[in-house]
Amino acid sequence: MTELPHANYLAGLLKSWSGKPVRPLSWLNDLRARAIDRVSQQALPTKRDEEWRFTDISTLTHLPYLPSRPETHLQRHDIDHLFLSEARIRLVFVDGYFQQQLSTIQNSDDLIIGNLPDFSASHSSILESHLTQYAAFDHNIFAALNTAFLRDGALLIIPKNTTIADPIHLLFIATQPEVTSYTRCLLIGEAGSNVTLVEEYAALEQFAYINNSVTEIALAANAQANHIRIQRESKQAFHLANCSVALAHASRYLSTSISLGSQISRYNLDIRLAEEAAECSVDGLALISDNQLADTHTCIDHVKPNGTSHQQHKCIVDGSAHAVFNGKIIVRPHAQRTNSSQSSRNLLLSKTAQIDTKPQLEIFADDVKCAHGATVGQLDPEEIFYLKSRGLSELSARNLLTFAFGAEIISRISIPSLRQQLEQAVLNQTQSN
Amino acid sequence: MIHSNSVPVLTVQGLRASINGTEILKGIDLTVKSGEIHAIMGLNGSGKSTFAKVLAGHSAYEVTGGSVQFEGKDLLELPPEERARAGLFLAFQYPIEIPGVANTQFLRLAYNTVQTQRGREELDPLEFDDFVREKMKLLDMKSDFLDRSVNEGFSGGEKKRNEILQMALLEPKLSILDETDSGLDIDALKIVAQGVNQIANKDNAMILVTHYQRLLDYIVPDYVHVMQAGRIVMTGGKELALELETRGYDWITENKSSTTGAIA
Ligand SMILES: Nc1ncnc2c1ncn2[C@@H]1O[C@H](COP(=O)(O)OP(=O)(O)OP(=O)(O)O)[C@@H](O)[C@H]1O
Ligand SMILES: [Mg+2]
Repeated sequence: MTELPHANYLAGLLKSWSGKPVRPLSWLNDLRARAIDRVSQQALPTKRDEEWRFTDISTLTHLPYLPSRPETHLQRHDIDHLFLSEARIRLVFVDGYFQQQLSTIQNSDDLIIGNLPDFSASHSSILESHLTQYAAFDHNIFAALNTAFLRDGALLIIPKNTTIADPIHLLFIATQPEVTSYTRCLLIGEAGSNVTLVEEYAALEQFAYINNSVTEIALAANAQANHIRIQRESKQAFHLANCSVALAHASRYLSTSISLGSQISRYNLDIRLAEEAAECSVDGLALISDNQLADTHTCIDHVKPNGTSHQQHKCIVDGSAHAVFNGKIIVRPHAQRTNSSQSSRNLLLSKTAQIDTKPQLEIFADDVKCAHGATVGQLDPEEIFYLKSRGLSELSARNLLTFAFGAEIISRISIPSLRQQLEQAVLNQTQSN
Repeated sequence: MIHSNSVPVLTVQGLRASINGTEILKGIDLTVKSGEIHAIMGLNGSGKSTFAKVLAGHSAYEVTGGSVQFEGKDLLELPPEERARAGLFLAFQYPIEIPGVANTQFLRLAYNTVQTQRGREELDPLEFDDFVREKMKLLDMKSDFLDRSVNEGFSGGEKKRNEILQMALLEPKLSILDETDSGLDIDALKIVAQGVNQIANKDNAMILVTHYQRLLDYIVPDYVHVMQAGRIVMTGGKELALELETRGYDWITENKSSTTGAIA
């Protein structure tokens, strides 16, 4: 029976949960208690769940990884190669715990960039009105677990009409093997604000661990967020992530997510265009090889009229790796004049590589523009020929095209040093064949 | 220019090729010597581009007969990249777009590959940048072409100019320009023709595939060939192009098949 290990697994997790207050703050502890209660009422998804059809996480049930420990010996020089020269504000979390001495934070009267619990008293009302409001945990066991184990987290409150010129780097580093880390981000963009956020997951060594992450982003009217998400966990890691975004009137959310690491990764990105004229652009790239599995599930929900969403998702799959993309687009009855496009393009580099891509359009309004397309293929022989006709060898033509396939997404990242790092990562991977 | 002492660059004898089992080239004979400019004209579908792509080594075509000597080598034995490195260049009729590959990166890779082959120094990105900008001036190309993806979103004319830029960089022994003039406005045509004329010299050769006499006003061919149903059926001097412009192609068929026709 498959139920049994799952049940055991959850029971083990529940046992490791401590009800003791992290800080003497009732509302946060209430939230945690509610979440743990929801955990006990849910089961781990199996392949019989439609949403998990392609992604078998039963291995997880054999990995009774306890929560990570707060202590770390990590020094600045251990991780400064991961820093971005453009990002002067940086929050570093090690195994889910905030590390003040590795971070540069910034707080003024209204601008808040720091560790969430530090503001749970002073900003309780704004936090209460946002935290868990978007990443609901009632029917999402990983969001429930994350909330139940919520302790540290990145908090960003960008005040009204404020543009933060430099990107803000949230760096989540894994250092402990065989533990579960719970990482959390909350970005509140007040009306007319503008921010660029890099949310990055990295590991210093190649070992197994679980990272359960939840990010919530709320943009008020006319606010903009440029959200760059880099997942380069260890190749043995399990990365289970939920990101929920709520967009108010004429706000803009730009997302670029790059998935390179993990044995199994699952990224759920839910974007709700809750008010009129909201806009989002959602780009994704998964570059995987060997036995990796990268699963991206996105849901773009047009609730009100005049919304725009453009999505491009790409996967480059080598070895016996398996990429999954499920892109749901909902256009609700009131969401007239929605303009939406989705493209899923996939590159298979080996005969044993596998892709499952599924656009899922649920359109209930009649005056909408909705374009979508999915392709799965090898490198285009005409492109290879063109390059060879200019003297490039077969191998360098293939490498260049594979690189280019991914670089199209990477080139949209507005931070030069990060772009270069990623281009190098793609080059290393494409040239290792 | 025809020189009495020049050597053949390309010798094609009885070349036959098919695609998906359909024979397109049905025995082509053509000799091109260094310093010469040849024009190939002919109706749509007569096999001009097929001929060009077979010479460049496109794998979709199967060569079923004949031989091609290029600079003393058996061209048909070489993979496409070896042909390019040996000095064969095809400016495509429909240059392909390659999203994500920066034009400058592509041009430098191609340039350095060919340079290495010729035992010359490679250029680093900075040196190459200076070098390519000089060449682009000749073609009146905006420098932002360098940062854009190869041909992506280029207008028809811009794509053609990018082909000629590649030709200028690679300094081929034999250039085949497949309808490089189609889709060019008259100013662009002059610029491209100027570029071609600067590249042409007594040591290299060119084959221009074209439908229009007007290109040949700017690049004067030594020979004009007419291709029909996969064969070169007539060869003449530059006046033949003028004649084709006024009379069309029917009279050639007429001559050969001696059916009656209405063309004056
Ligand atoms: N994949 C294919 N299968 C069958 N026939 C093909 C294929 N590709 C090309 N052909 C045919 O080969 C013939 C020659 O085509 P080609 O492109 O060489 O003509 P062309 O002389 O360059 O014409 P144009 O002046 O229009 O450029 C055409 O009749 C074309 O339809
Ligand atoms: Mg043609």
